[in-house]
Amino acid sequence: MPLLTQDQARELLKKVLAYSKADECEVNISFGQNANIRYARNAVSTSGSIGQSSLVVSSAYGKKLGIATINEFDDASLEKVVRRSEELAQLAPENPEYMPMLGPQQYAASSKTWDEGTAAIDAKYRADAVEQSLKISKDSGLTAAGFLEDSRGFSAMMNSKGLFAYNTNTRVNFNVTVRTEDGKGSGYASKGFTDVSKLDVAAATSVAAQKAKGSAEARAIEPGKYTVILEPAAAIVLLENLLYSMDARSADEGRSFLSKPGGTTRLGEKLMDERVTIYSDPQNPELPTAPWNGDGRPQEKVTWIDKGSIRNLPYSRFWAQKKGVKAVPFPDGFIMEGGSQSLEQLIAGTEKGVLVTRLWYIREVDPQSLLLTGLTRDGTFYIENGKIKFPIKNFRFNESPVIMLNNLDALGIPQRTVSGESNSHALIPPMRIRDFTFSSLSDAV
Amino acid sequence: MKRRDFVQMAGWGLGGVFLPNIPIYGKEIPEAALLDNPFDVALKKQLADVALNAARSKGATYTDVRIGRYLNQFVSTREKKVQGIVNTESYGVGIRVIAKGCWGFAATNQMTKDGVAECAGRAVAVALANASIQGDPVQLAPQKGYGEVSWKTPVEINAFTVPVKEKVDLLMQVNDTALQLGASFINSLIFAVNEQKYFASSDGSYIDQDIHRIYPTFNVTRVDRATNKFETRSAFSAPMGMGYEYLRPRPEDKIPGIVTLYKQRYDILEDVKSAVANATAKHQAKSVEPGKYDVVLDPTHLWLTIHESVGHPTELDRVLGYEANYAGTSFLTLDKWKSGKFNFGNPLVNIVADKMQPGSLGAVGYDDEGVKCGKWDLIKDGILVNYQVIRDQAHILGLPASQGCCYSQGWDDVQFQRMPNVSLLPGKQSLSVDQMIAGVEKGIYILGNGSYSIDQQRYNFQFGGQTFYEISNGKITGMLKDVAYQSNTQEFWNSCHSICDERDYRLGGSFNDGKGQPAQSSAVSHGSATTRFNNVNVINTARKI
Repeated sequence: MPLLTQDQARELLKKVLAYSKADECEVNISFGQNANIRYARNAVSTSGSIGQSSLVVSSAYGKKLGIATINEFDDASLEKVVRRSEELAQLAPENPEYMPMLGPQQYAASSKTWDEGTAAIDAKYRADAVEQSLKISKDSGLTAAGFLEDSRGFSAMMNSKGLFAYNTNTRVNFNVTVRTEDGKGSGYASKGFTDVSKLDVAAATSVAAQKAKGSAEARAIEPGKYTVILEPAAAIVLLENLLYSMDARSADEGRSFLSKPGGTTRLGEKLMDERVTIYSDPQNPELPTAPWNGDGRPQEKVTWIDKGSIRNLPYSRFWAQKKGVKAVPFPDGFIMEGGSQSLEQLIAGTEKGVLVTRLWYIREVDPQSLLLTGLTRDGTFYIENGKIKFPIKNFRFNESPVIMLNNLDALGIPQRTVSGESNSHALIPPMRIRDFTFSSLSDAV
Repeated sequence: MKRRDFVQMAGWGLGGVFLPNIPIYGKEIPEAALLDNPFDVALKKQLADVALNAARSKGATYTDVRIGRYLNQFVSTREKKVQGIVNTESYGVGIRVIAKGCWGFAATNQMTKDGVAECAGRAVAVALANASIQGDPVQLAPQKGYGEVSWKTPVEINAFTVPVKEKVDLLMQVNDTALQLGASFINSLIFAVNEQKYFASSDGSYIDQDIHRIYPTFNVTRVDRATNKFETRSAFSAPMGMGYEYLRPRPEDKIPGIVTLYKQRYDILEDVKSAVANATAKHQAKSVEPGKYDVVLDPTHLWLTIHESVGHPTELDRVLGYEANYAGTSFLTLDKWKSGKFNFGNPLVNIVADKMQPGSLGAVGYDDEGVKCGKWDLIKDGILVNYQVIRDQAHILGLPASQGCCYSQGWDDVQFQRMPNVSLLPGKQSLSVDQMIAGVEKGIYILGNGSYSIDQQRYNFQFGGQTFYEISNGKITGMLKDVAYQSNTQEFWNSCHSICDERDYRLGGSFNDGKGQPAQSSAVSHGSATTRFNNVNVINTARKI
């Protein structure tokens, strides 16, 4: 399937809806062309390119819903998929939580989620980028392993109540780990953008190479509570766990860190330092995201945590109706407000502390306090009197992002960051945190 | 099964909230179509030969073709409501070639002779384009062609022949039981997989395989609104390489104890009763005093510790650095293996890789590069003796052939080295769980897998669990909570004190072992009998916010 324009998508969706005989019918279509190149041991290892498309038809009779999907788009297949969803709906048990489909919605002007340059990335661009990265590692006598992936696609939906939505998107991600030949040093850098012109593969590789060289001969220091500077790639994996755990229904049901005794929630309560403000905004030029979500609800600017207080929770449409509140959907990306300091200035302002490049293998230990565990990785350094003094061995941490954001000391300038755990994007500042809990040492490099 | 799809379809994730009705890639199909076999072997062979010939004519010196039809069925429920009934099918071909000494891969779902030939051409073009930034040319271990052969998971009841209604009825009965016993919430799921895979290579193999897996599971939550605490307990089932017979209980497959546990058959209606009782009791359980304990680990828990601390570090691609940017490398470097005396564990510890173990998730006849599967030692009497190897790695260890560890999650992803079933052999001396517990002065008995995390070279790990019992002077004295243990892999396996005998041997496993960029999932089992480890560091995980 090709990348359809808005008019082409509208025509295709109208054609599908014309086959419908159900009480309500909704059609979602998505297409993505994803390509990647991977390298390790200073040489390319694999590469691939795949187009994925799907057309999803949801048909409802009363509260009985049937869903069918197809990846062929000839007329016979389109009619078949509609019939199949209707057959499934007739056979389905009544869903007491079924919500009638939405009517026409007002979406903000299209977000800048598409970039022509990113859409035009080809095999030569990818091979040249890898060659640049490899040159830096080889010239420094280091070993690189990295991954470059790009995607372009569109999504659209229409339903029998007149809702129509369309959006196009591009994205490019690059990440690289550079190691010393003897395996005693390792450095990492990761970048992700909508607009590929912002990606500097050589600069990212140089940062990773510098960290690899600088992290060899790490010393062991005692685990315990330390002031830490979390680079954005380290902070994002903790913050995304916080955002993912804010679901309103779980909080209302008493099974979330936001639940309170007696059946209420902590919505409105101040849980963190007042410099903590986290929001989502599809129109943000540095992190544009789609202006609508998969069930057709508009994605608007929403403040989730406002000056340390829980301001909004994401709701499913069913739960919002039951609670009589606005059904705010879960966002596509989030933004944390920062300060004006660079990472270097944050380091310069630190008397004693630990610089963390990356955190890895993050798992929830206790959902009641949002206690998370994981390890530092690929560049951990001891700071004294405003300077990086020496590399240190990696630590395991056990810490809750709620407690961590209470112990906030300083914020730097936010930058677009990709999670090494979920691959999602956010705008996150580097941050200095007091009393971050490292509970044991790791020999891993 | 792609992990993203599994999480979405099963509704796990996002704080345990089920998310129904999310579209996935892969075609959704009606239930009856799951039993069709629309493409017979003769047709697959014809298409495979088209690909093999097209690739050779474009300059490939080696080609393999994987024609795959991947079926999944999810039946998921929550309390008194069916969350989703979804059947998916993904069908297409992946073609991998070597040209100019470099790998190339391409995939298509255009299953015509022209579509397959075009795809083979693309695979060769990728290899040629990448040849300039490639290192040493690929060296494939020799592999004889098997001709036309087949293999099938020995299922008694194909899960796809069991009507959805029967599955829904069973899960609703599970949920009703839980709610009647006082559970606040319950999610339950039956997940079934059928991989119909046809492999052909320029070595002369044409291998047709029909692979079945099943996973029934649930998660029970008990909320106390007065104290604002909630406790959960998930099922003590295992994902298995079996058919629906796994859900037909048999007395001989039950292991009685403080909680009844299960071998090759699972009694979901019985286990859910224990689960509600456990979740309820956890509210009153004592918060653990941190310190050193002897831990007694049940196979429902130990499989994950084996997976993370033995399965992953013995993957040769990690050892060599191919996963350095994502999953990580390994502390089990080649020099340790070459020395022939690296004491991974003490002499009680014998760990085998086995791609044929009956009932296991990893059981197949042949891997995804046409190598007949087998069994070999990884850790012998505590010493590191081998790794997990595929064809282009065998020469590095001086092996004459691959060990058959190649796998791809679908036709549209390139195959690479994945973990076989890796299992701890049971103890040779007669020893029951009761006898083991009777010998422990200060310990904790841990069942079920909970939170888990390990570093990228597999030294430092931390594991939680589902239920924890305090052992004092040889007796279980009550339930504990807020327990996790931290250790270092080599130290931990050297602290192994005793292993129960084969009467207690069971499999655990996961559908979602992740590795590679783009990330791929693989399904793998780990067998063990209950095992005691001495003097392990236990932390208390309770915090106040």
